[in-house]
Amino acid sequence: MLQFSTFKILLIAALCFLGVALAAPNLLSRETAESLPSWIPHKQISLGLDLQGGSHLLMEVDTKSVIKDTLNTLVDDVRNELRKEQIGYLNLGTQGDTVTFKLTDPSRNDDVRAIIRKLNSQLDITVDNGQFTLKLSEQGLRDLAKRTIDQSIEILNRRVDETGTREPTIQREGEARILIQLPGVKDPEHVKSILGKTAKLTFHLVDPTASPEDAQAGHVPPGDVLLPGADAKNGRGGQSFYVVEKRVMVSGERLTDAQASFDQGRPDVSFRFDTAGGKKFGDVTKDNVNRQLAIVLDGKVISAPRINEPILGGSGIITGSFTTEETNDLALLLRAGALPAPLSVLEERSVGPSLGEDSIRAGKIAAGVGFVLVVGFMALVYGFFGLIADIALLLNLVLLLGALSLLQATLTLPGIAGIVLTMGMAVDANVLIYERIREEVHGGRTPFSAISTGFERAFATIVDSNLTTFIAGAMLYIFGSGPVKGFAVTLTLGLITTLFTAVMVTRLMVATWLRRTRPKALPI
Amino acid sequence: MRWIALVPAGTTIDFIGKRYWSLGLSILLTVVSLVSIAVQGFNYGIDFKGGVLMEVKMAQAPNLADLRTKLDSLNLGEISLQEFGAPDDILIRVQTQEESSKEEARVIDAVKGVIGDGVDFRRTEFVGPKVGKELVQNGFLAMLFSLLGISVYVWFRFEWQFGVGALVSTIHDIVTTVGLFSLFHLEFSLTTVAAVLTIAGYSVNDTVVIYDRIRENMRKYKKMPITELINRSNNETLARSVITHLTTLLAVLSLLFFGGEVIRGFSIAMVWGIFVGTYSSVFVAVPVLVYLNLRPESASPPGSDPAAAKEAA
Repeated sequence: MLQFSTFKILLIAALCFLGVALAAPNLLSRETAESLPSWIPHKQISLGLDLQGGSHLLMEVDTKSVIKDTLNTLVDDVRNELRKEQIGYLNLGTQGDTVTFKLTDPSRNDDVRAIIRKLNSQLDITVDNGQFTLKLSEQGLRDLAKRTIDQSIEILNRRVDETGTREPTIQREGEARILIQLPGVKDPEHVKSILGKTAKLTFHLVDPTASPEDAQAGHVPPGDVLLPGADAKNGRGGQSFYVVEKRVMVSGERLTDAQASFDQGRPDVSFRFDTAGGKKFGDVTKDNVNRQLAIVLDGKVISAPRINEPILGGSGIITGSFTTEETNDLALLLRAGALPAPLSVLEERSVGPSLGEDSIRAGKIAAGVGFVLVVGFMALVYGFFGLIADIALLLNLVLLLGALSLLQATLTLPGIAGIVLTMGMAVDANVLIYERIREEVHGGRTPFSAISTGFERAFATIVDSNLTTFIAGAMLYIFGSGPVKGFAVTLTLGLITTLFTAVMVTRLMVATWLRRTRPKALPI
Repeated sequence: MRWIALVPAGTTIDFIGKRYWSLGLSILLTVVSLVSIAVQGFNYGIDFKGGVLMEVKMAQAPNLADLRTKLDSLNLGEISLQEFGAPDDILIRVQTQEESSKEEARVIDAVKGVIGDGVDFRRTEFVGPKVGKELVQNGFLAMLFSLLGISVYVWFRFEWQFGVGALVSTIHDIVTTVGLFSLFHLEFSLTTVAAVLTIAGYSVNDTVVIYDRIRENMRKYKKMPITELINRSNNETLARSVITHLTTLLAVLSLLFFGGEVIRGFSIAMVWGIFVGTYSSVFVAVPVLVYLNLRPESASPPGSDPAAAKEAA
């Protein structure tokens, strides 16, 4: 157990050197580390959101609403096609997650089936005596969900980019969830309100013949819809309800730009349409001079200005009782585009910079104090051999930091706790070896033989005992989330580095010392 | 020639002779834990219960009763206030029922309205009921699989009696640790689960060291009565146990005193865990072997693979 080939010694030294080199960039400032040439290790440990401050958001995409939208569109398309082909039908509409209708002439079944296939190829169609039931197929539902989430992620990326967050993470999680991590966000509530808005902008004509009061009483004229005013709720005056035509004249998808601006000292948002949108907008305003055009955002009427003259330039202004911040946000949302489906927050964990700094400081102090106590204790109990264990422990920590940097694992506050715990438990391997050596010395062995046997016999015990902790750590990693996962990472990595330093490095040091001094008795 | 001798060499403490006492104590601890869990349950943190948690650092220590009255008037449901480490650092918990960004935003806005400007919102957490349920499930699964994994590993490496011993003592550790949290109304959160699993791993770690020695002695002293053999093994590993537990305790105490409020629950659990883990290795995991009629003759010969030996038997 005490013979080391030159190759083995070189390998151990190389591993230690590698660990030191990998851990070293953490001593530098972030900027300096990033400016290092790429062949030098330059990765730093990435701090979790609980340490550097920031927001963790788990959001769920409401795919049901997209399915509903798709079915509603399907109803419109089927109606148009059947009318065009002059095929008679009854009771066309949605029922649960299906679209149903009945043909008056069942002999046209096959024609209609072909028409529907052309409209949407991912439908399960069942026909029973002229009664059609259309349902999105499994594959169709999956594709739709995937498309919705991909689109949502793209839109969220654009919005986050606009808020200027550094190194955001936005990724799909599970079926219909999106995980958003925003390090260093100062005002998480504001960012969350921007990310959570669907921001669907549409322009509708206000129905001048209907009164909002009647509509509220339940008499909404066909083809119209009753919408609340956005400002009334905020107590800024303005109409509380509007009756507008269901038909969308122009929608926000056609916007190419939007900017916060001022008109006579009042904040507003100016926008520009693409060519098709600009033409449509021009036509609508030309044909409806003197009528009110409602600007609707997420089902609420922002304002409904009167059209004084045709707006032909393809650009316009959204007025309303805005604050400057609100116009900035609205312009941002319009530029980034609308989400295909509403998002809801399932989980949020936001940590302000002050708590993060406090946690880092507390973690550093705890680690420092823990290290000094353990190192001092080992030296007191084992003297010279205690110092060897202390060197191994120091190396252990450096290797652990190096491994964390290399793997770009996230260090969280529980992760720091895992490191402190590792310090306390790592010396156990040394204790097992030393106690075993002591026993062998008491059993009458020579120093050389006692040490050799001690290492040999303690080794199996060390592996067995560490593996059980490893199992618990692995389960935490698999089932844990967030900061707890960070704990599992440092705990399990710590076990691995402990095996290396306590067994290999300690053994090399002890063996070297033995060869150099050839002691008659062991100071243990 | 050690500098300080914590444990004199060649102790002969009769651990097994005290097994009826320890059995009584273990049963008492377990029963108290189970009764407390059954009667008053857990003080679940928002990880598991769902809701909104805000940590607020005020300019000066607020009048908590005053603040509570104001917050109660918001009709947001159950609200709890708590000093967090310092008198000007307040933890506000609001229980929410609905899972929607609107509900969350409404609660946060309302609380911010009451507290006013010029304060530092150090932390905002929201866990919806759906995620809370998943976290409970995952926490439970993590405990279950750790328990199984550890027992199977020990069973595989030793004889079946050792596997059962590890299982029983790990269950003992888990039950008494979560019992401690129930009994003293300590907040039960995700980090508590992490602490419980670490304690389980740590405790078995200790158990395995003694088991290793028992197995070794079973091969060495084939004719020795089992109680004497176990006592001998316990005494031989005593120095190691004391020193290791002390180093771990030093590390954990520095976490408890300097690691900050956020992981205090974790640190408390770990301090308890070191004691209960040490106790259960010597007084639960090992006596179980006696009750399971472990015999020195059943030890596999040294060097042979225990799994293979088991098959041959």
